[in-house]
Amino acid sequence: MADFQRSMPDAQPHLARRRGLWSHTRLDAWLLLFILILCGYGLLVLYSASGGDMDYVIRQAIRMAAGFFIMIVLAQMRPRLFARWAPALYVISLGLLVAVLLFGVGAKGAQRWIALPGFRFQPAEVVKLVLPLMIAGYLANRPLPPSFRHIMISLVLIFMPVVLIMKQPDLGTSLLIAASGVFVLLLSGIYWRYIFGALAVAATGLPGLWMVMKDYQKQRVLTFLDPESDPLGAGWNIIQSKAAIGSGGIDGKGWMLGTQSQLDFLPESHTDFIIAVMAEELGMIGVLLLLLIYLLIIARGLVIAAKAQDSFGRLVAGSVTLTFFVYVFVNIGMVCGLLPVVGVPLPLVSYGGTSIVTLMAGFGLLMSVQAHRQMISH
Amino acid sequence: MSAFDSLKDHTKEGRVFLSRALIAFVVVLLLVGVLIGRLYHLQVIQHDNLAALSDDNRVQLKPVAPTRGLIYDRNGTLLAENRPSYSVTLLKEKVGDIEATLAELQKLIPITDRELKSFRKRLKQRRRPYETVPLRFRLNDDEIARIAVNYQRLPGVQVEADLIRYYPFGAGLVHALGYVGRINEKELKRVDSTDYSATHYIGKLGIEKFYEPLLHGDVGYHKVETNARGRVMRVLERADPVPGKDIVLHLDIRLQQAAEKLVEGRRAAIVAIDPKTGGILAMVSNPGYDPNLFVTGISTKAYKALRESPDLPLFNRALRGQYPPGSTIKPMVAMSVIDSGIVSPAHTIHDPGFFTLTKGGRHYRDWKRGGHGKVGLEMAIYQSCDVWFYDVSNRAGVDVISNYLGKFGLGQVTSLDLPEALPGILPSKAWKKKTGRGSWYSGDTLNLSIGQGWMLTTPLQLATASAVMANRGVWKQPRMLKGVMQHSQNDGNTIVDGTIIDISGLEGTSAVLPDIKLKNDKYWQKIIDAMIAVVHGPRGTARKVGKGIDFQIAGKTGTAQVVGIKQDAVYDAESLSERHRDHALFIAFAPADKPEIAVSVIVENGGGGSSTAAPIARKVIDAFMALKQQDADVKELERVL
Repeated sequence: MADFQRSMPDAQPHLARRRGLWSHTRLDAWLLLFILILCGYGLLVLYSASGGDMDYVIRQAIRMAAGFFIMIVLAQMRPRLFARWAPALYVISLGLLVAVLLFGVGAKGAQRWIALPGFRFQPAEVVKLVLPLMIAGYLANRPLPPSFRHIMISLVLIFMPVVLIMKQPDLGTSLLIAASGVFVLLLSGIYWRYIFGALAVAATGLPGLWMVMKDYQKQRVLTFLDPESDPLGAGWNIIQSKAAIGSGGIDGKGWMLGTQSQLDFLPESHTDFIIAVMAEELGMIGVLLLLLIYLLIIARGLVIAAKAQDSFGRLVAGSVTLTFFVYVFVNIGMVCGLLPVVGVPLPLVSYGGTSIVTLMAGFGLLMSVQAHRQMISH
Repeated sequence: MSAFDSLKDHTKEGRVFLSRALIAFVVVLLLVGVLIGRLYHLQVIQHDNLAALSDDNRVQLKPVAPTRGLIYDRNGTLLAENRPSYSVTLLKEKVGDIEATLAELQKLIPITDRELKSFRKRLKQRRRPYETVPLRFRLNDDEIARIAVNYQRLPGVQVEADLIRYYPFGAGLVHALGYVGRINEKELKRVDSTDYSATHYIGKLGIEKFYEPLLHGDVGYHKVETNARGRVMRVLERADPVPGKDIVLHLDIRLQQAAEKLVEGRRAAIVAIDPKTGGILAMVSNPGYDPNLFVTGISTKAYKALRESPDLPLFNRALRGQYPPGSTIKPMVAMSVIDSGIVSPAHTIHDPGFFTLTKGGRHYRDWKRGGHGKVGLEMAIYQSCDVWFYDVSNRAGVDVISNYLGKFGLGQVTSLDLPEALPGILPSKAWKKKTGRGSWYSGDTLNLSIGQGWMLTTPLQLATASAVMANRGVWKQPRMLKGVMQHSQNDGNTIVDGTIIDISGLEGTSAVLPDIKLKNDKYWQKIIDAMIAVVHGPRGTARKVGKGIDFQIAGKTGTAQVVGIKQDAVYDAESLSERHRDHALFIAFAPADKPEIAVSVIVENGGGGSSTAAPIARKVIDAFMALKQQDADVKELERVL
């Protein structure tokens, strides 16, 4: 059906005229604009957070450019293509996750990387995209709301990579991946009674989670609950980031003038804790501006999802968008001391390669859903 | 897929999705609201607290030690100065493995076990963060270079320049000045810890200890911004320290050195006082020791050698040597009996060479076998006739004599600023009872009258008594401090008189005695004439030293039987006989009619006061007069030019 549509572009002359050349790029102009603003804003803060080191900014910009490239490539592909490839990618990803546990390299007691000649990458990042595709592909072909059996199968599909990533161990990523899968389920319209039932089970299962957590993960939770108990050790990060945020006040200390960040009191200031730098230097105004940009991106993502032609597109776009929000919420919540410290970067602002590429690829999926919508029916 | 497709209701699925997406967006907005609420809490409500926390992080007060005040002698010669010294220090926060670093440093420079031990002790002490801990002091250029080239391999190791006390006159002045040393935990508790937060040295002894509040100065502060690793990024504010006051002593280093030379190789003490001011012109206790060894910490071996030396170099004889005064107190005893009216100044006895309390009782001998024959007051003094004193003291009883001796400052500490001074012993009936020595016997009185028995005095006390005698009873509290040097650009250095310096609050406030008022003022001259006769009379015990001068010296010899000083524990067989010899004493003041200097001399085991101590006192007086003449000549020369 789609092929037929594409072979007859003149069937919708008014659309072609209105969109002109831009429609050939298959990029969503609004989303692209918001992302570009976010990237620019992120680089500005990173420059300060790295202590005025242009090298960091350039390396980050290069990653962003790579991300844009992947986004553009993915935007060209039809969503059905993703659905078709999802099972194979899912199986390969699981294989890679097992390989990481067996042969992976890593640091700080966690094995997360697979080293290939020339570069190394984190299979978990791939899973972040593959999992929602897999679940969405699985459910979209079945009547919605999904039956209990389909929900259980979906949960098993979610569970396998999440457990493997937790084993690495990487609590932050496994959380994000679980969220991306669960969002597909939630958006597919599963009955509320299942949702509340699951919440009840989860609540009773929390002690069990505590049992399987590693010591350092437990320590983080404990520190989160009472940072002052260990002010120079694990509590240091949170105390310092709170001091940075709070001392910034409404209008901030000024770009490049944050004492907490510039004098190295703030740990991880250019990666996970970069929001504290922004809050200190640009104040509440700066953070609100950032939150506004994020909200615009999320709103646009949900609009794209809502407008999508089929369930697969809707579920993928919705899950990617909401997962994006989880990044934002978990990161800022953790730096503010609302949530325990888990390694989740601030999307497109934190310094770091893999997450940028993954996020941009996610936006590529959104754009693909958006771009191939009008070609289906009407 | 088409098989399932047929079962799907696309419109319904779209509607369900839309409602879920809307719910999701509402949840997103709510959660963003939570974040904003949290930001508001931190950035608006908690702003002040957290801003203060952030400032506390980065802003630190670094105390800056004041420069210690210098010590000058009366002519402006430096007696204690500050010299730059280089020490190697460790910064605990930066040194990863302390033991490994120490081992590495030991390969580069010699570090003794003692230095290591005290380093570890300091490391454990209360310490501000990012404060360096010294390991070794007084590095030489070679050692500095060896550390410098290895800086890269030794993180946290630093060579620091510090000002440390230096005593250019070394052993000669240690008993007069005292010294400073590294401040210890106990001393830190005693002083204002804020004021001493950057100070490493404190006066441990003598003048350095007593005038610590003047010499130390006030701590300064640099308000600095540091990064998380404690590195100072910039100085935000500074309040410079107020350097300690430079103090000027009455001491004349030239006289001090001349006096020192006179007792070279002997265990002896000399104190010279200006009777007009009470200022101590010279204070020698021989042997001394080099105070510079103590400033940065003396080695155990060197300290042991000092402590175990039979000559007791650590012992300050001038202030703490409590010797029987012997006959030197006879002028005062004579004064007591005539002024209290026990006997008339014309009181004369017959001296057969001994005295008995009861007929046929125990013989109290005169030093001169066969006695002096007919003896009056003057002869009793210039010939030092014991029997005359036995007689008069027996008539007077102990308390009359004791009372008068006390007025001259014996038995108590009267000096202003010599905290180590000991009071000696002024025996009385009450004293004997109180100290559990039983009741007073008449024989005790006889012994007291010739400065033997229980009586003990220090050289400082004898010099003081001599000065009071010279002043005809006017008391000038003996003191080291002449004043404080005030530096001003307009009229150079001036000395602010010591009496107007506020030294209240300084420890060791001692008795200030009233001037001695005699019932008959003429008795002063009577006694002093007798003392002049000691030196200038044809039969004076010290007549040999009275020759060849155009002024008169009033003096009194003394020879004290050795009871041994308590601290003198070591008596090896070889030196036994020498150590049993009498102590030689002499007190004097000159010129007798217009006194400018009062002196006491004691030479341990020196033999007779007239043969050993008196010539030394004479030479001290000669040196003093020569210096006075020299200064006058220089002044005259300056005036003429």
